[in-house]
Amino acid sequence: MSIAPKGNRNPVKQFKLFLNYFFLAVITLIFFAPIAYLLIGSLKPQNEVLSGLGGFLPVHLGFGNYANVFNAFNSEATGYFYSFYINSIIVSCVIVIGGLIINSMIAYSLARLRWKGRNFILGFVVLLVILPFEAIAVPLYDLMNPYRNTLFAQYIPFVASAFSVFLFYSFFISLSSEIQEAARLDGAGPWRVFFQVIVPMSKPVFASVTILSFLSAWNSFLFPLMMVDSPDVRPLPLAMTVFFQQQQKDWGTIFAFGVLLILPVMIVFLAFQRYFIQSVASSAVKG
Amino acid sequence: MTTFGSLRKRVFKRRFGYDQIAGMLMSLPATLLLVLFVVIPFFTAFILSFYNAHLASTHTNFMGWENYRRILFDPETSGVFWQSLGNNFQFALIVVPLQTGLATALALLLNQKIKGIAFFRTFFFMPVVFPMSLVTVVWTLFFSRDLRGMFNSVLHTISGGSINPVDWLGTPGLALVSIAIMSIWAGAGFQMVIILAGLQEIPLELYEAASLDKANAFQKFRHVTLPGLRNTLVFVVIITTIFSLRLFDQVYILTSGGPLGSTSTVMFQAVTTAWTQDNIGKGSAMTVVFVLIIIALTVVQRLVLRQEKEIK
Repeated sequence: MSIAPKGNRNPVKQFKLFLNYFFLAVITLIFFAPIAYLLIGSLKPQNEVLSGLGGFLPVHLGFGNYANVFNAFNSEATGYFYSFYINSIIVSCVIVIGGLIINSMIAYSLARLRWKGRNFILGFVVLLVILPFEAIAVPLYDLMNPYRNTLFAQYIPFVASAFSVFLFYSFFISLSSEIQEAARLDGAGPWRVFFQVIVPMSKPVFASVTILSFLSAWNSFLFPLMMVDSPDVRPLPLAMTVFFQQQQKDWGTIFAFGVLLILPVMIVFLAFQRYFIQSVASSAVKG
Repeated sequence: MTTFGSLRKRVFKRRFGYDQIAGMLMSLPATLLLVLFVVIPFFTAFILSFYNAHLASTHTNFMGWENYRRILFDPETSGVFWQSLGNNFQFALIVVPLQTGLATALALLLNQKIKGIAFFRTFFFMPVVFPMSLVTVVWTLFFSRDLRGMFNSVLHTISGGSINPVDWLGTPGLALVSIAIMSIWAGAGFQMVIILAGLQEIPLELYEAASLDKANAFQKFRHVTLPGLRNTLVFVVIITTIFSLRLFDQVYILTSGGPLGSTSTVMFQAVTTAWTQDNIGKGSAMTVVFVLIIIALTVVQRLVLRQEKEIK
């Protein structure tokens, strides 16, 4: 057939397309440069990381820095590298899983159940959404002092989250109520309706909340910084920062530590990047 | 035929709510934790701000507004706090327009029907999943003050050696700008995604109508895209301003507030006062001031957005 898409032949359009890709490629390079620097640096000998543009040169690569990370943390005094990992995993899992359960439950009771006090609790949650963690960091540090140097202090304040409740609430309120009403008429109580009807219908919002709460839990820094000074309960980002501030020279090892810290997040991100981006977009549109 | 029991049940349901017990039980765990770990600390900050309190101390002296006076009005001690608050707003003045502008440009580039968009979007968004602590470590080497630092090396190469190495983090006036640039890199992808979602909500018919009126690309942007993005942009500007007020990690790791306090921020002051200097009372007072500013910004946001609705 003779009718090819016009755009392919029109030189002006082709030039525009070329310009678009050119800009996109340049910006991609700029955005990716620090990440490439981190990856390449983690594989280079220590003294070749901090060397200007040469830091990007992929020469003399090896996994020595990664071995150094494990060797640098192999005693009670320094803490063990695997224990930083386990600490971060435990704290993040409790925050994510505990949060999914209790925040979705309260959101359902606020969105779909009829009970006295509902509007009061709803208003209370909406008020708390605007409060960033920094607003309570100092008094929380004072109140949680008996739990210094525990994992408990690192997860318990973050399990309930007004923001997650709000995301669940907006989703549940947008669900059609017909199926729920039908289930109620068939004699199912609110608990059964929630767990057997609502939860299976709400996979997207559960995925969004999982991603957002995991990211903030895995990356959390300020509260562990104040609450933890013993190496055995240190989470990864804090352990890396402490290492970085002690060792301003051993760049290769610090970068290898950084790669190990971000690796699980990157794998999940690259596998589910569409969902990551959708979660962030939806969280903002609703907030 | 109704039994007494079922009658009582119905009366209960009418007096309270149909799902009174389930509703209360389902909201109980989250409400309890929110009260314990958000509401109580919030009021504790308010109370502690009137005391000369230290960590785990039993003897605390009531001192009325003294902490606030020292932070805000005492000519000898208030300078640091005002400087820090000023730094926060200076940071916002750099980051908000640059980051919003960059994010809008990126979103417009990505909001086209050309191949490979998802690929580029992934790269622009990637820094968002990085913890600020790691971003800071990598950028320390970009900001290194000799020729081995990335920026100095690039400038040296481009200028053929005529630009001398710059001490990016050690020069007052430049340090905050450096931290701002790093933060823009780390955060632009986040805003881009929000703006992209906003762009996709603008009805295509508006663009078609504009085309019929022979509007050029710029006119379409000016009269269709921008008005359609208004609420999204207001939202983005406010949350970026709030982000700027929360600035802590970068400053703590990179500069510790220096040089000469030029990168100190409100949160940096609050945390170091309470944690490093063990002055919980004064740190709490700073927290209260911080919260008041956040609330004021949120109220402004609501007002601007409501105004929009009334116009419509």
